[in-house]
Amino acid sequence: MSTTYLEAIREGLWEEMERDPNVFCIGEDIGEYGGAFKVTAGFLERFGAKRVVDTPISEAAIVGASIGAGLMGLRPVAEMQFADFISCGFDQIVNFAAKCRYRWNAGVPIVIRSPSGGGIHGGPFHSQNPEMWFVRTPGLKVVCPATAYDAKGLIKSAIRDNDPVLFFEHKGLYRKIKEDLPTQEYTVPIGKAKVVREGRDLSIVTYGAMVWTALEAAEKMAGEGCSVEVVDLRTLMPLDRETVCESARKTSKVLLLHEDTRSGGMAGELAATISENVFEYLDGPIVRVTAPDTPVPFSAALEEAFLPNVEKVLEKARWLHRY
Amino acid sequence: MSAVQATGAELHNAAPAAGTPEAALAHKSLYYMLLMREVEDRIERKLYRQGKVLGGVYVGRGQEAIPVGSALVARAEDVLFPSHRDMAVFFVRGVSARRVLAQYMGRLGGLTRGRDGNMHMGDMSVGVCSIISALAATVPVAAGAALAMRYKGINGVAFSYFGDGSTSRGDWHEGVNFASVQKLPVVFICNNNQYAYSTPLNLQMACTNVADRGPAYNMPAEIVDGNDVLAVYQATQRAVDHARAGNGPYLLECKTFRMTGHSAHDPAHYVPKGLFEEWGKLDPIVRLQKHMVDGGLALESEIEEVRAAVVREVDDAVEWGEASPHPDPATLLDDVYETL
Repeated sequence: MSTTYLEAIREGLWEEMERDPNVFCIGEDIGEYGGAFKVTAGFLERFGAKRVVDTPISEAAIVGASIGAGLMGLRPVAEMQFADFISCGFDQIVNFAAKCRYRWNAGVPIVIRSPSGGGIHGGPFHSQNPEMWFVRTPGLKVVCPATAYDAKGLIKSAIRDNDPVLFFEHKGLYRKIKEDLPTQEYTVPIGKAKVVREGRDLSIVTYGAMVWTALEAAEKMAGEGCSVEVVDLRTLMPLDRETVCESARKTSKVLLLHEDTRSGGMAGELAATISENVFEYLDGPIVRVTAPDTPVPFSAALEEAFLPNVEKVLEKARWLHRY
Repeated sequence: MSAVQATGAELHNAAPAAGTPEAALAHKSLYYMLLMREVEDRIERKLYRQGKVLGGVYVGRGQEAIPVGSALVARAEDVLFPSHRDMAVFFVRGVSARRVLAQYMGRLGGLTRGRDGNMHMGDMSVGVCSIISALAATVPVAAGAALAMRYKGINGVAFSYFGDGSTSRGDWHEGVNFASVQKLPVVFICNNNQYAYSTPLNLQMACTNVADRGPAYNMPAEIVDGNDVLAVYQATQRAVDHARAGNGPYLLECKTFRMTGHSAHDPAHYVPKGLFEEWGKLDPIVRLQKHMVDGGLALESEIEEVRAAVVREVDDAVEWGEASPHPDPATLLDDVYETL
């Protein structure tokens, strides 16, 4: 039976709560209501109010209380209703949770789940991709799964990790994609990228919902005689630089793709990494396809212009292939 | 035991001369207040000026009764979240003056091994959590620790410390509200020292007392003489009893005065001169000593012995701190994560 991306996250979370009594959920509207996107639907009935903690609208308290519980040996999984609201808990994440181990050897084993991403006409405050705010905060791990398989495997690894993990769920994928998952228990390691399509002529390095855009573009390019490799980063921090550089070395042409805005985005870091490590293997400039440096607009016409899509990727990929 | 050789810690660990519980509490309180005063004086007035302590130095001179009187109530299973003016909490929890001095000097022997300075230190093995610079950030964290204790069936209490300025921050209100809604075992302990850096109370809040904030959270709130260590002790007992019994959080507002600038580099010209003089007369150490002598809890000579022993203990701690190595630059990248 096929499992959606959303169900995969729920299954992973459920299994970890069954496995480890120290795991609990905390957030807004996650109990009786089951969460804004219903990821925790049914959890209150199964695990009770002790392990499914509904909170006031207080992101700083949700993260802060998670840190306190984590310091005491529990494994809280906090839910931000939308990734956009994570800024309300920013200080707790980047100054408290991120620095505890380095400063005073105190591990903070918390997971912060955040539904992120656009394409659902959510406007400027329900569509953002805030992952880079956290990628550049040493001490935090940042995970952005693209598939149901990875979403389940990575949420389980995140919960078992002894450091704070930011888990960005692309809400556009929640019910859009599904696949058959193994019946046996499995996890997916944090910090490992995956080549999701092998190719020889050009690499597209991406993550999150854009993996599907890249795969569609790769299929079209194949019809045009260009063999495209697609690398799904899966984890942004720690960043699997080796897999990225290996792909660049193999195809010699790299297109970097993300839904996040351009300046200071992951593509910049990847371009620098590739340039530093495998410059002599490149047969063309490193190309970026990203959202522009604007807030996420509401109107469908504007949002379509804002988001990267298959056509925008194809245009750049064809140019790079011809280069 | 020879008084010539003994450190303050050794004297403190020996049975006090007067054997009643009241005398024992007074002796303990005196020792910890004197130790905090001496360590902070040494850091602020000597080591900082000698360049042996770098960075910011924030002391709690005149406020020692608050961390001492409250932390002495805590049980082993309780977890404490001291503010930057609550150094004595560390001593009460068994952290040595040696390690605190090394911490201020950025040495390996400090609680953060040179990774952070001053009061930015903690050790969960003795139930003390480190602050960060953003004030009130530990308030929701303390609520989370209390949640965890209840979750695990530990009948512990979280002691959340902060100053008057912290009660203006959103984190404070979010943490207090969450603790109240969940009826968590947290005792909120405010040192109202009347200044947040240079900002006086009337520019900090529109209410008269920090305790006035309690009713909005359906939380009992009590105003305490923060310069009377025994009053702080008794009030903390009431608050802790309430919290430990499952009745939810409790707010203590300990009224005091910051007898220094915000930090070692701040001469506090903005404080009306008379205030230092007025509050100086209420010094918590002088008051306790008078109470002990007048009440027959200690002889003048015993108090002098403790004072001298504390000086010796801090001499030793400074020496130990200075002998502690600087961290090896090769360890710069360690401990950002447990595993990569």
